[in-house]
Amino acid sequence: MSIKTFKGGVHPGYFKSLTANLPVVSMPLPEKVIIPLQQHIGVPCEPLVSPGDEVKVGQKIGESSGFVSAPIHATISGKVTKIEPYEHPLGRPVQSVFIEADGQDSWHEAGGGTQSLADLDAGEIKKIIREAGIVGLGGAAFPTHVKISPPADKPIDTVIVNGAECEPYLTADHRVMLERSEDVVFGLKAVMKALDCKKGYIGIEDNKPDAIEALREACAEEENIEVIPLHTKYPQGAEKMLIEVITGRQVPSGGLPMDVGVVNQNAGTCVAIAEAIKEGRPLVERVVTVTGPGIEKPANVKVRLGTIVREVIDYCGGMKEDTRKLILGGPMMGLAQPTADIPVIKGTSGILVLTEREVVVSDIRPCIKCAKCVDVCPVNILPNFLGLAGEQGLIERSEELNALDCIECGCCTYICPAKRPLTQWIRIAKAEITARRNKK
Amino acid sequence: MENKLIVSSSPHTRTPETIESIMTDVLIALFPVALVSVLLFGYQALLTIVIGTLAAMVTEALILRKKDIFGDGSAAVTGLLLALTLPPAPPWWVVVIGSVVAIGIGKHVYGGLGNNLFNPALVGRAVLLISWGTNLAGDVWALPQPFAFTADVSAVTAATPLVTQDVTLFELFLGNINGSLGEVSALALIIGALWLFYKGHIDWRIPGGFIGAVFVLGFLLGGGAYENALMTGLFHVLAGGVLLGAFFMATDMVTSPVTPRGRLIYGIGCGVVTMLVRLYGGYPEGVTFGILLMNGLTPLIDNLTVPRKFGEVKK
Repeated sequence: MSIKTFKGGVHPGYFKSLTANLPVVSMPLPEKVIIPLQQHIGVPCEPLVSPGDEVKVGQKIGESSGFVSAPIHATISGKVTKIEPYEHPLGRPVQSVFIEADGQDSWHEAGGGTQSLADLDAGEIKKIIREAGIVGLGGAAFPTHVKISPPADKPIDTVIVNGAECEPYLTADHRVMLERSEDVVFGLKAVMKALDCKKGYIGIEDNKPDAIEALREACAEEENIEVIPLHTKYPQGAEKMLIEVITGRQVPSGGLPMDVGVVNQNAGTCVAIAEAIKEGRPLVERVVTVTGPGIEKPANVKVRLGTIVREVIDYCGGMKEDTRKLILGGPMMGLAQPTADIPVIKGTSGILVLTEREVVVSDIRPCIKCAKCVDVCPVNILPNFLGLAGEQGLIERSEELNALDCIECGCCTYICPAKRPLTQWIRIAKAEITARRNKK
Repeated sequence: MENKLIVSSSPHTRTPETIESIMTDVLIALFPVALVSVLLFGYQALLTIVIGTLAAMVTEALILRKKDIFGDGSAAVTGLLLALTLPPAPPWWVVVIGSVVAIGIGKHVYGGLGNNLFNPALVGRAVLLISWGTNLAGDVWALPQPFAFTADVSAVTAATPLVTQDVTLFELFLGNINGSLGEVSALALIIGALWLFYKGHIDWRIPGGFIGAVFVLGFLLGGGAYENALMTGLFHVLAGGVLLGAFFMATDMVTSPVTPRGRLIYGIGCGVVTMLVRLYGGYPEGVTFGILLMNGLTPLIDNLTVPRKFGEVKK
């Protein structure tokens, strides 16, 4: 088993054993859901329903004419009570559809699928994926049909399923790969067919030997799909790192994976694609790892989108008294939330609750130029100097220092003995650089 | 509990390592070196070490107006390193002046921790060397009296092996020779350095470049009293302050380059200047000036050795 790796990276505590061996459980249907009309990168959707309307599970309730967008579906059956802005995991209120359950869980056009790949051409696959509202479930939530529709001058020869799950604590992808191996492979084959691409890889960190084994079995018959064990190191699952490790190609600075002929798909996304094609099911639920020392009973939970995070946490025994941080996603790149009254959205891979013990608030100290950040930076920029520039608001200097190449993995901040929030400063500089460029 | 939820930018997990823990690791790494010096040079070595370290800590606490005299530990490291570059029994006030200059002028005039251009301990030592040189040069170096803790080692002095070139390489390695407190035992220095390597506080580039350059230049140009060029090269590595400088001084995080290539270039530069001073300069030893000169070049080296970023498009 050859183990491949990349330059830099860190080894934070993984804490995956909290949930790694717990099979996915389905949460009972919520009484109400609040479904934001933007759960993806791109154009927000317009509502297709009005307050008072009856909706069924899987019925499209939000749509946009923009290409870079993904439709939104009802995730429970019931009655639309209101449509108004509501708190959103990304920080700003977003127009959201409130649905009260009727307890029936009746499906819209139930079982419209059962199609096999052989009957579908590339265009049809893309259309099914778009109509199902599928976006990257790893966290970024980029619309999948856009990802698999590269311009003609960017031929794709490789599809990589990202099963690295390098974020500490999270095990949703791990469980999905283990329990839904066949569907992961099916989803990969669908994407390969949509892209007319001959080679598929599934990259998995070697701390998940059972998932590696399961997927090797699931694709034993597939000559052109290979499971690649990866070195367990954060950020192994960052797309640029994953592509370099598996194909040896470096995504050019400022470029996209398609510039080197590669498309990445998260393992969970592959399962969503399989469900859309085989069963005609749009994306109405996802697996979320609910974990952390602040959760009474950590679990991998299948949750309807739009379920309030507080209810999911309560389902897992609730938050402990000394809770200090609620994070959507993992501890390295997740977003800290001021409240648990926000909905689970398509990109919610984890609900992580940390207590007083883990949340250490430290003073920012002077940089001692230890260069540990330089050594761990996977994209080879100089976070220490970027931090100094960012701290002083020197935007042009940040740009010279390649701030825009930062993938915000957080390794520099993690490793810094002076507890300098380097990633945060770089993020601010990036936003400012981009804003200035857009103004020109 | 809800109103106590903290919102901050990711990442939400941090290494337990702190500036304090790094400084403590350096102090731990210097322990074998200090111990050997006390075993060889007795109570006078212990006094010099204690005075140098305490003077540095007190100076820093006064400048920062803080009662916690250990603080972040960096002053203790500076004071200890300075003491380890001195002879076993210099006048106490020389040690104090060295520490005050190291912390005051070497560090705080630049703005304190992280901002100084030159290694503070070496700034202190350079000032002593130039201003009170009779205490640090020529034949003032006490001969060791192993395990005689109360002996007055300053009674018998001589020039160091760097000048006399009359000791075996094995003696140089073990350290039963005269010289600065911290430079005599290569073995103790290597043990300390291994700890720093293990903890990831130093990488091979700076010491490797430094020691490599000293060895190569010693091999090629060393001449001298040893049987062959190989031994002469090794002599230049083991004698004097090269190992102390290469493992503990040149690797000072604040004053060395951050880029990987820069670290190597800087290390080689330290070795080259050291050897130029030793072989052709006015002082028998060049480690202090070698490192200080390269400290001065550090910002320039960093600017000239920016690594190739991931996916950089060739122009």
